[in-house]
Amino acid sequence: MAGKTLYDKLWESHVVSEESDGTCLIYIDRHLMHEVTSPQAFEGMRLANRQPWRKDSIVAVADHNTPTDHWERGIEEPIARLQVETLDANIKEFGALVYFPFKHEDQGIIHVIGPEHGTTLPGMTVVCGDSHTSTHGAFGTLAHGIGTSEVEHVLATQTLIAKKSKRMLVRIEGRLGQGVTAKDIALAVIGRIGTAGGTGYAIEFGGSAIRSLSMEGRMTVCNLAIEAGARAGLIAPDEKTTAYLKGRTFSPKGQDWDRAVSYWATLPSDADATFDAVVDLQAEDITPQVTWGTSPEQVLGIGGRVPNPATESDPVKRAGLERALHYMGLKADMPVTDIQVDKVFIGSCTNSRIEDLRAAAGIAKGKQKAASVNQVLVVPGSGQVKRQAEAEGLDKIFTAAGFEWREPGCSMCLAMNADRLVAGERCASTSNRNFEGRQGPGGRTHLVSPEMAAAAAIAGHFVDVRNLY
Amino acid sequence: MKSFKQLKGLVFPLDRANVDTDAIIPKQFLKSIKRSGFGPYLFDEWRYLDHGEPDMDCTTRPLNPDFLLNQPRYQSAQILLARDNFGCGSSREHAPWAIEGYGFQVIIAPSFADIFFGNCYKNGLLPIVASSDFIERMLKESLASEAYFLDVDLEKQTVTLPTGESFGFDITPHRKHCLLNGLDEIGLTLQHGDQIRSFEARHKTVQPWLFA
Repeated sequence: MAGKTLYDKLWESHVVSEESDGTCLIYIDRHLMHEVTSPQAFEGMRLANRQPWRKDSIVAVADHNTPTDHWERGIEEPIARLQVETLDANIKEFGALVYFPFKHEDQGIIHVIGPEHGTTLPGMTVVCGDSHTSTHGAFGTLAHGIGTSEVEHVLATQTLIAKKSKRMLVRIEGRLGQGVTAKDIALAVIGRIGTAGGTGYAIEFGGSAIRSLSMEGRMTVCNLAIEAGARAGLIAPDEKTTAYLKGRTFSPKGQDWDRAVSYWATLPSDADATFDAVVDLQAEDITPQVTWGTSPEQVLGIGGRVPNPATESDPVKRAGLERALHYMGLKADMPVTDIQVDKVFIGSCTNSRIEDLRAAAGIAKGKQKAASVNQVLVVPGSGQVKRQAEAEGLDKIFTAAGFEWREPGCSMCLAMNADRLVAGERCASTSNRNFEGRQGPGGRTHLVSPEMAAAAAIAGHFVDVRNLY
Repeated sequence: MKSFKQLKGLVFPLDRANVDTDAIIPKQFLKSIKRSGFGPYLFDEWRYLDHGEPDMDCTTRPLNPDFLLNQPRYQSAQILLARDNFGCGSSREHAPWAIEGYGFQVIIAPSFADIFFGNCYKNGLLPIVASSDFIERMLKESLASEAYFLDVDLEKQTVTLPTGESFGFDITPHRKHCLLNGLDEIGLTLQHGDQIRSFEARHKTVQPWLFA
């Protein structure tokens, strides 16, 4: 019998029951919540007079609507304020393991603060009403986004109704060049398999280039699994995982720690495990990536040129290219390095961790943002990240370069708060989605790494960051 | 949840791939703490010429004449016909809420994004995966027709074209049962409460630190 994959082990250790058609009831260990996708679920609980099955599984935070400046003014938009206050009231009524309300010193993006506090551990199942829950797979955790009806289902029953996914291995061997990051790996994978390439799969990322990434880098890679269509991304836990988790607030302690570490060592895919699909990339072939269109799969290396629809024979694809070019205000065949940016956003659950900010600061140090760039926002992922960055003097580097240093939150990744693009504005962004209107109606988003974003802020257009070291 | 059994419905063709949930319902409408009222804002940035905000009266907003859903022949459409990877991106259940709120009951596409696909069933919406050949044909015919109707039968798992030809579709027995009967899944799952509790007890012995 063939060995088991990491995903098989996580799945099998959480099956409560299975029906003849393969539909399973899966036990959920950790339930992450934020203000946007939870109010209707709590309302449903209230109407049915139900209580949470296990309130100590809940970790909650207000992150999507919160402002990133002038916290003394509170949340000025009434409808946004009501949503955040509704979460406050719901947590007060129903309970949680821990809650980080607006203005809490450790408040930040749910996918940054969960791991920071040791509430995401290898071997767990983790869900959240948020598609970027795939981030937590970096710890050898089965983690994925769910809808609000499922949020209510998990609240009431501690389980999800699910069918097992197929298994894909994305293997990246070799060494990344300087200036080539976890973000570039993820975008290159999406460019290869497409935004639907991972649909129906749980993707395990493996190979020497993945193992050499820090935990922050691994979170970036798994975060973007959903942009390849896979609900869950996974990376086997190893000594970096345990080193990251040791001593964190909710990490196991004492004897429990030793038992946990032994258990985690059993999780990686067996040597003879088989996958339903395998994709291989060579790290040396990956260059700094820039998306040019309105889907993350519309991505190019920094040396590339914007595609020409005339060379596409498939009429549906050609129409898609033409629509994206028109929306993005780009000309066919233009070099990526000719694309000028109006704004730069460094932040989001993809790239707002300390390592990301260090990388951006490394490029910005001693430089000035280009006069043609209207605004550069640097939004740390959490209060902890912010304090660490300030202790290292990164905030001073940013402000000296003309960048704005903000309070933590989701910010301009999806522009639910006041941070947004105006129509026609073009942004180099370290976030995860370049969909039409994502960063503001009519806004134009190019997804890049923190290094590439900082370099674009300085030059006023995209540049090959590898030439700056 | 409301049930779905059978529908002969007018088709609206949305001839583009990778329609994401940000396009289905833009982020500003996610600030609502309610589960209803999203229908008027479905495809907001494509459907209207002005910028939409929550609680706006959509009856007086300028419609985008280039967006086909605004054409008289598609009014009262109940079946949404789309291309590959429909519903990709954000997990927001506001997307099926907006589609259902508008009046659609069925979505037919060659492929769907996983989270969106699952969210549909929780809201009495039936997502149907059809072959690319049938999709091409139905798109072409519905774009050329003044009123193009399809007959969807969940019990038989068939979609019947105006010509009388039909094709079958897959659905898990569990989902079919819930949709046909409009069942509350939470209530059903809670009938397995003892199984959940005994799993929890076993789980605690394997990974006790998860319960510390």
